[in-house]
Amino acid sequence: MEYEVVIGLEVHAELSTKTKIYCGCTTEFGGDPNTHCCPICTGMPGALPVLNEKVVEYAVKAGLAVGAQINRNSKQDRKNYFYPDTPRAYQISQFDLPLCINGGFDITLKDGTTKRIGITRIHIEDDAGKLVHDTYTGGTLVDLNRAGVPLIEIVSEPDMRSAEEAVAYVEKLKGILEYIGVSDCKMQEGSLRADVNLSLRPVGQKEFGTRTESKNLNSFRAIEHMINFEIQRQKEILESGGKVIQETRRWDEATGEGYAMRSKEDADDYRYFPEPDLMPIKLSDDYINNIKENLPELPERRKARYIEELKLPEYDAGIITSSKALSDFFEEASKECGNPKAVSNWIMTDIIRIARENDIDYSDLPFSAKRFASLIKLIDSGSISNTIGKKVFEDMISENKEPEEIVKEKGLLQISDESAIKEVVDRVVAANPQSIVDYKAGKDRALGFLVGQCMKELKGKGNPQIINRLIMEYLK
Amino acid sequence: MEITKKDIEHIANLSMLNLSEDEVDGYAKDMQEIIAFANQINEINTDGLEESAFALDSYNVFRKDEVRESFDRELLMQNAPSSNGVAYQIPPVIE
Amino acid sequence: MKNITKLTSHEIREGYKNKDFTVKEVVESFYKNIDEKDGDIKAFITLCKEDALKCAEIADSKISEALANGTFDELPALFGVPIAIKDNMNTYGVKTTCASKILENFISPYDATVIKNLKEQGAIMLGKVNMDEFAMGSSCENSAFFVTHNPVDLTKVPGGSSGGSAAAVAGDLAPISLGSDTGGSIRMPASLCGIVGMKPTYGLISRYGLVAYASSLDQIGPMTKDVEDNAILLNAIAGHDEMDSTSANIEKKDYTKALINDVKGLKIGVPEEFFGEGIQKEVKEAVEKAIEKLKSLGAEVGTCSLAACKVALPTYYIIADAEASSNLGRFDGIRYGYRTKNFENLKDIYKNTRSEGFGKEVKRRIILGTYVLSAGYYDAYYKKAQKVRTLIKKQFDDAFSKYDVLIAPVSPTTAWNIGEKVNNPLEMYLADLFTVPINIAGIPAISIPCGKDNNGLPIGMQIIGKHFSEETLYRVAYTFEKSREV
Repeated sequence: MEYEVVIGLEVHAELSTKTKIYCGCTTEFGGDPNTHCCPICTGMPGALPVLNEKVVEYAVKAGLAVGAQINRNSKQDRKNYFYPDTPRAYQISQFDLPLCINGGFDITLKDGTTKRIGITRIHIEDDAGKLVHDTYTGGTLVDLNRAGVPLIEIVSEPDMRSAEEAVAYVEKLKGILEYIGVSDCKMQEGSLRADVNLSLRPVGQKEFGTRTESKNLNSFRAIEHMINFEIQRQKEILESGGKVIQETRRWDEATGEGYAMRSKEDADDYRYFPEPDLMPIKLSDDYINNIKENLPELPERRKARYIEELKLPEYDAGIITSSKALSDFFEEASKECGNPKAVSNWIMTDIIRIARENDIDYSDLPFSAKRFASLIKLIDSGSISNTIGKKVFEDMISENKEPEEIVKEKGLLQISDESAIKEVVDRVVAANPQSIVDYKAGKDRALGFLVGQCMKELKGKGNPQIINRLIMEYLK
Repeated sequence: MEITKKDIEHIANLSMLNLSEDEVDGYAKDMQEIIAFANQINEINTDGLEESAFALDSYNVFRKDEVRESFDRELLMQNAPSSNGVAYQIPPVIE
Repeated sequence: MKNITKLTSHEIREGYKNKDFTVKEVVESFYKNIDEKDGDIKAFITLCKEDALKCAEIADSKISEALANGTFDELPALFGVPIAIKDNMNTYGVKTTCASKILENFISPYDATVIKNLKEQGAIMLGKVNMDEFAMGSSCENSAFFVTHNPVDLTKVPGGSSGGSAAAVAGDLAPISLGSDTGGSIRMPASLCGIVGMKPTYGLISRYGLVAYASSLDQIGPMTKDVEDNAILLNAIAGHDEMDSTSANIEKKDYTKALINDVKGLKIGVPEEFFGEGIQKEVKEAVEKAIEKLKSLGAEVGTCSLAACKVALPTYYIIADAEASSNLGRFDGIRYGYRTKNFENLKDIYKNTRSEGFGKEVKRRIILGTYVLSAGYYDAYYKKAQKVRTLIKKQFDDAFSKYDVLIAPVSPTTAWNIGEKVNNPLEMYLADLFTVPINIAGIPAISIPCGKDNNGLPIGMQIIGKHFSEETLYRVAYTFEKSREV
């Protein structure tokens, strides 16, 4: 039987406010365990929450950026459950009146088609603390620095049908949140993470199948791998006549496998009720319009500009603008070297590759846009060849040095001295008379062979145009 | 409506209480009476009324996004039943 | 001269001004009385004698200085005045137990806002007083540590949950005290012990640092020997607090200015529902007599109906217990408080800590609260109760469109015997029949003594007002109090 995959995502993004959602403790990442804490975020008896106004502003901003409606009347609710990373034994979240509802945007797929993904709701809530394995005792340690960091949870409609669509959705969402500056979206630090709800149904069936929820995926790679794994797993179950169990799962990217989390003995019954310690939120049209008018340039706008003004291919423009950090990198490097086309080509190949390989965010690239522009300038001025450029690029990843410095230290400057090159060409031609004969007999490959031999003698640094021209003189 | 022992056990589980057999019986009996008493509220007509979660009608109580110094960790953790001085200790949590 | 421990705070202040005694002498007198009498009354859980005496010395030097400079009147009204604090308010460096085993050794790392305010104004904390565990109870018998006795008759309960606060003042162990009132917990013990207790408007006093029982109902309030002291103590603790989102942002008032001996033209409503079945005859008569007295002093009296109050009690227990079941989740044996010795894994810690740490009534309320919030029951109980709350608020609003204040009994009976109702939770709940509607509506009410029953046990009446009408309540209470002196 053919199955259709149905995927919905719940994306959690930590907001980049200075302080936690309900107290004045810093949201700074890291820090010694339990040093960014106070009676409020550790759930001391008697301590009370007060909502950070920036959290509301940022959530509304996010809602407007994804075309959602803003609820004029909103409130916060308690979600009750026991877990050691949740100090009050309830999370303060939003249940039936979230700040934003009914949004969505188009994603562009590799084949160039677009598809709209709906957003059901965006609500605010507080993050949990961290549990760390204690190698010393074998027990678990509780660090509450992260407890109370503000989150928005963005819940999508079950509109996605493949890993590609899910990844494209998260990439675009991440881009939007970065553009409007409400979250730094650093996936490795967990400030953007996704829960994936996935089910299969026979093609043509209207009702959804039983879904599983895989929690806390914090890289695009993990999302892709997890989805493909889970599709396969559910398919096998269904094809062998079994039933998918509704469960919460965990993905282990290292082993490439998903696991059912120890199924809770108690059915989930969070006993949501209105948070009596926090007053309702009422937003005026003025408040909302003011935020709307001050939204920065969104990726969609930027993408159009790259296509129209810089003549980038649509696909490339889409990829580059999907990340604000990457797009900012592109803009700065292009401005510096004056060759946006070259910068775009490098981004599409090498920069995306190294970010993926090293699992780093574009805001954490090992070199600045300015430094990268210097590399392009070296190539464009003929000081080094494109091939050498790739080598310098690799060195720039591991060494904190200007490309000029690398070229100088390693003697990689391109040899454009004609007499020096001629000496090598003469020698190579004399040693390979058969190649001349072959070429004249119509075997074009012989030319490539000779150029390659010369380049080898020149350790790759010979100016390829000059080598070519001098050999051609022999071949005429 | 009858409150069964099973109901009490389920509720005890949700609220992380361990109840002895006797306690389950006792609370089931108490709850039976209290819930019967609570059912009185259904005699009151509340058609068309909104719910009041609060005693006062205020809204939009916010705090500025300004950092306040966090608490001294030692002071904050002085009551911890088990800690290594920097973090709270609990038995291994395996997921 | 009157025994120091019989004095009100304003009399103590007069004494300081007249150099009749020093702060140290006052503080020592109260500790002496505690030594002699608290073995029987059992009001105090924790005493902070060393700190209190240190504070007294500092206060004495400041008072001498102020007297020498002629600036005594600039000192805050409670400067150098001892106070007892209910043990559910956080006090830095001092145990805050909520009369529960689960917090038996909890030393708070911070001061509740009310405590911070009192310290800034120079009040001196004598110690922390007993209560029903987590403020859940009407008799002070639910304390995990011991039962507090009514100083008027030691065989009787002092009322609850602020039983320790009431007994301390009534037993001359402290001139003033703070209690908290979620469903009557200030007014009930004030009434049973024969003192004055105010449950202010929800939001008038910061709840920051008050260990929550039911967040939308809890309110701290003053418990004192007379109405004047009550207004003085309310002055000291009322005011907006940015640490409490439910704190009202209103202008600060001087409640002592409302102590006016005149009720002429004031409209008093008598709600029928508060004088019906189940009320002790002497209580009913005493309250009615008090109303007659006020009428004779020029007030206009009429009757009114608050029909929805008939279901105030179940409404209250649904809302309060739902909130409590959530508020008490944090006591899990991880970050503070009691942790069971009996565990192998995390779930054991949760379950055994809570089962061993909470008392019977607390568990009963957690169970009821969890039940009414759980899937399938939320709409029938919690949501319905929130709608009834709207109705109760509305009916009070209607009543206050006709009357300035309402007057009703506080407790249907005078103090009962210790142990009399402990095995019947529902009967115990009925004691709160007349007090819970006030918390549900979030309005203020003051309990003042209005007579005694045939056994000499105090009877209290409550004067109820609309939101933020504490001044009117003080005016009526003060006028009535004065009328009894002559």
